[in-house]
Amino acid sequence: MKVSVEINGRAVSHDVEPRTLLVHYIRDHAGLTGTNIGCDTTSCGACTVLLDGESVKSCTLLAAQADGRRVTTIEGLAPETGDWHPMQEAFRQHHALQCGYCTPGMVMAAVSLLDEIPDPTEAQVREGLEGNLCRCTGYHNIVKAVLAAASAAKAGSAGGRR
Amino acid sequence: MIPAKFDYYRADSADEAISLLGEHGEDAKLLAGGHSLLPLMKLRLATPSALIDVGRLSDLSYVRDAGDHIAIGALTRHRDLQVSPVLATHVPVLAHVAGLVGDPQVRHRGTIGGSLAHGDPASDLPAVVLALGGTLVARGPGGERQIDAGSFFRGFLETALAPDELLVEIRVPKCEAGWSYQKFNRRAQDWAIVGAVATRYAGGTGVALVNMGPTPVRAAAVESALASGAGAAQAAEAAAEGTEPTDDLNASPEYRRHLARTLVRRALEEAGL
Repeated sequence: MKVSVEINGRAVSHDVEPRTLLVHYIRDHAGLTGTNIGCDTTSCGACTVLLDGESVKSCTLLAAQADGRRVTTIEGLAPETGDWHPMQEAFRQHHALQCGYCTPGMVMAAVSLLDEIPDPTEAQVREGLEGNLCRCTGYHNIVKAVLAAASAAKAGSAGGRR
Repeated sequence: MIPAKFDYYRADSADEAISLLGEHGEDAKLLAGGHSLLPLMKLRLATPSALIDVGRLSDLSYVRDAGDHIAIGALTRHRDLQVSPVLATHVPVLAHVAGLVGDPQVRHRGTIGGSLAHGDPASDLPAVVLALGGTLVARGPGGERQIDAGSFFRGFLETALAPDELLVEIRVPKCEAGWSYQKFNRRAQDWAIVGAVATRYAGGTGVALVNMGPTPVRAAAVESALASGAGAAQAAEAAAEGTEPTDDLNASPEYRRHLARTLVRRALEEAGL
């Protein structure tokens, strides 16, 4: 079946089997490998992308369910190549990654979280990231980074040019 | 992991979904948010020959004040329940519990109708609808019928829905008086090892249990103890009566019975029962 998705502002269209998962569509058909596959069982959140602006686990969606919709992956967060999204900048500043495997999903989940709760408490950040596992257990700095990104947005900081 | 092959159909209306169900028979499954079904399909525990996608039927996504009850469209997502102002005022227990299902990503996709129709005894929302004495509206080729929540859950992952029926609406009474939901689990995003819900609403008191048998169950013995004047602590002693808790890696049946009594006591106390 034909599945057409707007990924990071670019129209993508491929003929795929109905059983194709969104994460495979993104990685294998659209060629965007920034989205990782972790547990493959809706637990770890490594494959988190935004679907029409909201965080979803792309291992648990059929590509067909995203047909005609808008997907944002880690590659599409920054406005231009070479730029950083304020959340990416905050992760860099606060050393919010160790091995980095969970990072793309963690960043996407954090962006969605701040969209829903722009000025969260620390507890809200921890609860809001419950769907993302970091096996380096680097949660402390991840939470610090998300809180910093929220403060930066509140202060009207433009955030991140490299 | 990828699911076994299936044919995919996207329904543009509830009636089209019902006619597709009739066409493809018992091997067809409805796909709403897909957060119960797709994991099972990826593990090949479910291998439907056809998927009928009802996920875009936006006319079945709503929360409405219908006077004596609240009407909820079956395709309303957990996230929409969580932030619904109507539920916050009239059925806060449902908004609160919807916010405890899975994690934010799951709540952006999963629907209340999907959760109920899946019939998992470990899910949060079925027990809440059961405790509230809700009514489920199913639509089939012959029209609509109402099913009492108490007779909806028939067995493990088995409901009263016919193979050609679509769950379209869930009706619950307003429950503003007092409520509590106690969920016990080991990791934030997990299913409840045991859960207990207590509600007070016009004309009723409802207590129900999560993961204490093959279906969500009402704690009937607790309800009758309360009706005959028992206090919370005394009524909660009856919480495990008539239950058939499972034995798994997380807990033995004996431990689950203990949890049921403890969580029901806490729920009754918090709900002011």
